[in-house]
Amino acid sequence: MGNYNALNIAWQALTGNKNWQRAWRDPEPKSHYEAIVVGGGGHGLATAYYLAKIHGITKVAVLEKGWIGGGNVGRNTTIVRSNYMLDGNAPFYEHGMDLWRDMALDLNYNAMFSPRGVLNLAHTKSQYDVFARRGNSMRLNGIKAEILSRDEVLQREPTLAAANSERFPIFGGLLQPDAGNARHDAVAWGYARAADQLGVDIIQNCEVVDFIHQGEKVVGVKTSRGDIRADKIGLAVAGNSSRLASKLGIRLPVESHVLQAFVTEPYKPVINGVVTFGAGHFYISQSDKGGLVFGGDIDGYNTYAQRGNLPVFEDVISGGLSIMPSLSRLKLLRNWGGIMDMSMDGSPIIDVGPIDGLYLNTGWCYGGFKATPASGWCFAHTMANDKAHALNEAYTLDRFAKGYTIDEKGAGPYPKAH
Amino acid sequence: MIRINCPHCGEREHAEFTYGEDASRLLPANDANLETWNEYVFERDNVAGEHLEYWHHALGCRSWLKVQRNTLTHDISWVGFPHDTPPAQGEVKS
Repeated sequence: MGNYNALNIAWQALTGNKNWQRAWRDPEPKSHYEAIVVGGGGHGLATAYYLAKIHGITKVAVLEKGWIGGGNVGRNTTIVRSNYMLDGNAPFYEHGMDLWRDMALDLNYNAMFSPRGVLNLAHTKSQYDVFARRGNSMRLNGIKAEILSRDEVLQREPTLAAANSERFPIFGGLLQPDAGNARHDAVAWGYARAADQLGVDIIQNCEVVDFIHQGEKVVGVKTSRGDIRADKIGLAVAGNSSRLASKLGIRLPVESHVLQAFVTEPYKPVINGVVTFGAGHFYISQSDKGGLVFGGDIDGYNTYAQRGNLPVFEDVISGGLSIMPSLSRLKLLRNWGGIMDMSMDGSPIIDVGPIDGLYLNTGWCYGGFKATPASGWCFAHTMANDKAHALNEAYTLDRFAKGYTIDEKGAGPYPKAH
Repeated sequence: MIRINCPHCGEREHAEFTYGEDASRLLPANDANLETWNEYVFERDNVAGEHLEYWHHALGCRSWLKVQRNTLTHDISWVGFPHDTPPAQGEVKS
């Protein structure tokens, strides 16, 4: 398959682009692996890649019930950030930022990571104070953060200044300059290709329907393409975590909710970075192709249907128009829904499972995309060593029972509120 | 679009309602052990399929309603009051 490089592209161009090979193999599942990762999304593929690359576990299968890039890794708003406040979260996401920065070289795949900055808008003095506190917490954890005045915000994002008949006058903002966007498909395809080159089998159209037990231990999975056994089985299935865990009699502190997102027709550059409007819950950025990509709240009821409803659609659009009225002139190209694994404290779980041979990676709420590399990195460490890394030791399954929840919003055990 | 047939107001659109939660969860006794309370507060069945849940008709009669909805399709097969129990599986008309 070889590496992607300039010479390679030039040669392919001269030969009519007829000699490109598929980016990863399409192998038949074997009957036994050292490790199985259920779920071929960003997290699952990253886990398989780091298992092979860092921990030397190369007999790995990634089982995906659909196709690579068809789940939440293709259903997000591509935002990458680490502007977290609590100790359990900040170092984990900041490690992720390091991995994002090196991703393209590491995977030999252009993930198009673009640190264009994530700006949280403040509309009142008190909101500004809360952001200052968050910014200071970030700095204590070694994450760059800047508090911006109203003028600095408007200088950065002149499109917002054009809306100066503002219903919600801007007071200031909190900026994480190192945060930004990445190309979601490239992340999935890059990890898939890199993992495949290290010997990982990526098996698509292979749905896990049940587990194989041996005594107290889980030793394999029953799939739509036959039984597959493995020493270690990791679940990275986002919104379907509860469905799979229920086959093992495990109830998780997770509810599945749908989050909608939207993209407009391509337009000239109007938004420089990522802008979030917390007062109305709306976040927007502009893709390199020019489409304005935005989203808002989850629909707020349990669902496994990958589509949302119109009231939230309207809510998101009206939130957007109140901060950026010129949006009303653009046509929407698409909207989509992804099923989020909303946890009870808004923070994820990366842990050794309650059953031998099982490992859990779930509870990403609607922040899973930015966590892709860090999640895979930590989950691989946890699966390889049967023990959490220092970066994910707070993300245990039993933290709820023990009272160590990591609740950034202080919203309590109401998954729709996180 | 989810439309709920409110027993007081008739069929109304989703925007008038606020979602409550899983209606199958029952408050444990005050003196229940910590494990039971942990299960009640933090763990969910998170059903894929027929789900019994509460909705509040916030912009209508303000009643709390019990609704049986399919979480895979959003189809609603039964609506009643919070103290009602839905008919057994076979009897539900979709």
